[in-house]
Amino acid sequence: MSELKPPVGAADHVQGARDAAIVLLEYGDYQCPYCGTAYAQIKAVQQAMGDRLCFVFRNFPLTNLHPQAMRAASFAEAAATVGKFWEMHDVIFENQRHLNDRNLVEYAQRVGLDDGLVEAALQGNFEPKIRQDFKSGVRSGVNGTPTLFVNGQRFDGPAEADALQGFFARI
Amino acid sequence: MPNATSAGEVGSAAPDFTLPTTPDQSVTLSKLRGKPVVLVFYPADWSPVCGDQVALYNEILSVFGEYNAQLLGISVDGVWCHAAFSQDRKLQFPLLADFEPKGAVARQYGVYEASAGICQRALFVIDGKGVVRWKYISPIGINPGADGILAALEELTQ
Repeated sequence: MSELKPPVGAADHVQGARDAAIVLLEYGDYQCPYCGTAYAQIKAVQQAMGDRLCFVFRNFPLTNLHPQAMRAASFAEAAATVGKFWEMHDVIFENQRHLNDRNLVEYAQRVGLDDGLVEAALQGNFEPKIRQDFKSGVRSGVNGTPTLFVNGQRFDGPAEADALQGFFARI
Repeated sequence: MPNATSAGEVGSAAPDFTLPTTPDQSVTLSKLRGKPVVLVFYPADWSPVCGDQVALYNEILSVFGEYNAQLLGISVDGVWCHAAFSQDRKLQFPLLADFEPKGAVARQYGVYEASAGICQRALFVIDGKGVVRWKYISPIGINPGADGILAALEELTQ
């Protein structure tokens, strides 16, 4: 059974309380269509579960397949430095088919990132953090995108709201 | 003592083979002595998901490289199929065609799924002396990821 390494920590992007009953973590790629589908499913689960669920996102860009995945992740990480990770994360997934540099800059401006942060994202300043996420995913047994972990254990079922909630009910 | 007849069991000599990787090139396992080899048997090219096993390994070649390990993918697909698949997925490691006689190498390693005519999803880590040091057979529908391979490679260095 593949286990999350390292466990959820201070460096992670978290929605909800880290000590919630269920901690759901996604290793995702902003340009992966399956992650796009999972995005909506996870939103539904979050709405249904409220405080009982904590959601965490780590980067796992498949850069050979998805040329803009690293760039999109960079913009989300740039937003994180001013407390706007989730706003950027959401706007990227909601516009997944339009992720060229011009699009990303526009989303960044919509979310309220200043020119310095946009430039930092375009320069690749956040890539070391993203690669670190990627490496942790490899060691945790990520086997594609999205890969989900529930309370630290890899979840091999489908990334669908019904399957997830059914699984959570048995914990 | 390593026992060549025990079909790829841990501690035994890895069965040697030569398989074509392109229409005019082939790979011989015993010629790779001196560095670890990761054998990745997989069911078929053109798996429909983007996070599939070979695409994943392709992304993490640099991590395998830290152990000086050579990664080899093996399926029963032919060389032209591998060529098209490699090009499409921009693969940076060789895919070997266990095509004729079909699945002969997979059988030697005990990982041929005769009923479906495909390789199982099986991983082998072979050390620089040609001895199998780790193996894992995954349920066919579950991509095993790379954590087990990395742990095995790490153990080789200790």
